[in-house]
Amino acid sequence: MPRKTQALAALCAGLMIAATGCGGSGDSGGDDDTITWWHNSNNDPGKGFYEQVAKDFEDANPGVDVKVEAFAHEDMLTKLDAAFQSGDVPDVYMERGGGELADHVEAGLTRDLSEDSKDIIDEIGGSAAGWQVDGKTYALPFSMGVVGFWYNTELFEKAGITAPPATMEELYAAFDKLDEAGVAPVSLGAGDGWPAAHYWYYTALRACSQDVLETAVADLDFSDPCFVEAGETVDEIVAEKPFNKGFLSTPSQTGPTSASGLLATGKVAMELAGHWEPGVMQGITEDKQGLGDKTGWFPFPAVDGGEGDPAAQLGGGDAWAVSEAAPDKAVDLVNHLLSDEVQKGFAENDMGLPTIPAAGSSVKDPALAELLKVRDESPFVQLYFDTAFGESVGGAMNDEIALQFAGKATPEDVVTATQEAADKEK
Amino acid sequence: MSSGAATGAVASGRPHRPHDTWRKWAEIAFFVTPALALMALFVAWPILTAARFSLYDWKGLGPLDDFVGFANYAEVLADDVFRDAVAHNMIIVVGSIIVQLPLGVAIALLLNRKMAGQGVLRTLIFVPYVLAEVIAGVIWFQLLQPEYGLIDALMNGIGLSPPGEGWLGTPEVALWVVLAVLTWKYLGLAVLLFLAGLQGVSEELYEAAQLDGAGWWQTQWRISIPLLGPTIRTWCFLSMIGSIQCFDMIWVLTGGGPADATTTMATYLIDEGTNRHNYGIAGAASVVLFAIAFVMALVYQLVVLRRDTKEAA
Repeated sequence: MPRKTQALAALCAGLMIAATGCGGSGDSGGDDDTITWWHNSNNDPGKGFYEQVAKDFEDANPGVDVKVEAFAHEDMLTKLDAAFQSGDVPDVYMERGGGELADHVEAGLTRDLSEDSKDIIDEIGGSAAGWQVDGKTYALPFSMGVVGFWYNTELFEKAGITAPPATMEELYAAFDKLDEAGVAPVSLGAGDGWPAAHYWYYTALRACSQDVLETAVADLDFSDPCFVEAGETVDEIVAEKPFNKGFLSTPSQTGPTSASGLLATGKVAMELAGHWEPGVMQGITEDKQGLGDKTGWFPFPAVDGGEGDPAAQLGGGDAWAVSEAAPDKAVDLVNHLLSDEVQKGFAENDMGLPTIPAAGSSVKDPALAELLKVRDESPFVQLYFDTAFGESVGGAMNDEIALQFAGKATPEDVVTATQEAADKEK
Repeated sequence: MSSGAATGAVASGRPHRPHDTWRKWAEIAFFVTPALALMALFVAWPILTAARFSLYDWKGLGPLDDFVGFANYAEVLADDVFRDAVAHNMIIVVGSIIVQLPLGVAIALLLNRKMAGQGVLRTLIFVPYVLAEVIAGVIWFQLLQPEYGLIDALMNGIGLSPPGEGWLGTPEVALWVVLAVLTWKYLGLAVLLFLAGLQGVSEELYEAAQLDGAGWWQTQWRISIPLLGPTIRTWCFLSMIGSIQCFDMIWVLTGGGPADATTTMATYLIDEGTNRHNYGIAGAASVVLFAIAFVMALVYQLVVLRRDTKEAA
């Protein structure tokens, strides 16, 4: 019995320390010389690079102490969630934009950078749109990628596909050729919801004009018939049965039997995914090469009769934000993080796709360099809808799209469910 | 029960002194307060907080100021996904009992006989229960992988065809697969409890039955099983409460999918709260879950377990 109580007491004490530990890191908000910075580059070269960046900033600003904390991505999101709820946010942190950011702004947690970072915002250009609320910019995107099909060039060759598909007909023809060659065409991690939803996002981007999409994001209005048309194209894709067996329960990125794993190990020919995919595949394969020089990329094909520009892309990125309670020096740090010099280093270390044009040519990986070109040439990049609409609407939307992939919801159902969730937000 | 009567007798046999009473209460307070404090902090407080959230439209940020009354409850109860979740919980409650009870009793009766390798068999059956639920879930998730998993490979090897979209990816099959894994995991506990219950059956009864010429089967049916009654009723209670709160295994195996086919009340509320930041809805769902569990526990206590307490008294 005493041992049990002791254990409980220890547990209790542990929890309390943990609780104050989490809360404590943001307390420095009032201190003008200490800046806490949370990021998710927790392995090298990114981790070391950011340590150096912080050190350089400290050297250039005597008396300033930058406290860097590097987390694994998911851990950081969990910690940030808790930090937002307690109102005790780190001084410099990562924002994913859209509805999530709008909630933080509404709760008075995130600082308006429109004036303090004006030059940088101009330099970033259109990519900053995802981090603007009511015309004000609240975070500076440092990495911005687009989603497209990553494919295995060797398997495409084997199946006799000579050019990457540019229309839906060509995509379906590619599915057939791969099937004939005995290769599963596409992997999909619908177990996680959003990978399936990305298909719908893209068909909506092709079916709807930019105007309609911007209205949808601003007013949460999905009455335009193009949204149902988007679902109809998704139905067409699903009817082709191109996906790996068991795709409804397949996870997106964890382990060799996940969607990314199947692509990385040559079990399927392609997967719709974002700029993170080469990195994810490298993490899954034993030789840390992923698909290596067999890696190919092509954008989501054009859809016949759609109002959307076939060159528009779906994407998203990560931005540095400053908490409302942070010292002014934190704004200087964020501006420094978006400087040509830091962005070039970021690109050279293959940590992402830089948003400052001067750093573009520093991206080394050929597949990523191609993707950067597509991003920079696109008329506009639509932020992932679930991010743009926020977790509540986005979650309902993703769930209904997953149901559609399972054959349990119609294109109309997806629009209805999304609109219902959206109406609750108004 | 008898030990309580004994201490009572001792206490009343001694003259009451105020000092003793005071000391007794101080002792009780000393030993009980830490537990009560922990209960208050980790049980009562979260329950009250969830109940409070359930009355507000709250995204987890900023002050709790958008009071909506019972609107969240109306929404939860009207949500098909939640209703399905309740149905899934009930399927797990009933499924667990009708599968594990006969199986558990049969295995316990067999293992209660003297035979070679008894210890090994008991251990084998009990091992799954010792594994952490999350770890067991991950193991089964790997075994059940479509095409590349061991189960599919074995089935293909002997010429059987596994379900088209995989065991966990086919909505019509997934819940039953989860139920099978839960059975594998918790059968050991049932067997262990029933074996313990059988130890309490007096040898004399068996000897008497033998003298009367009863066979093995008759002995079990007339003596072992009836005397196992209280143990079975307690096990059913534990199984029921566990099934209503079912979370870990489902979260690891399917995350509530595919197409909400395996959502339970617990996965529903985690999804609404943690993933979607609809804390009001999650709060309402958790209160409904608590109410259902509480009512079922209460009814069970009053209707079924009362027999045991009465008999004991």
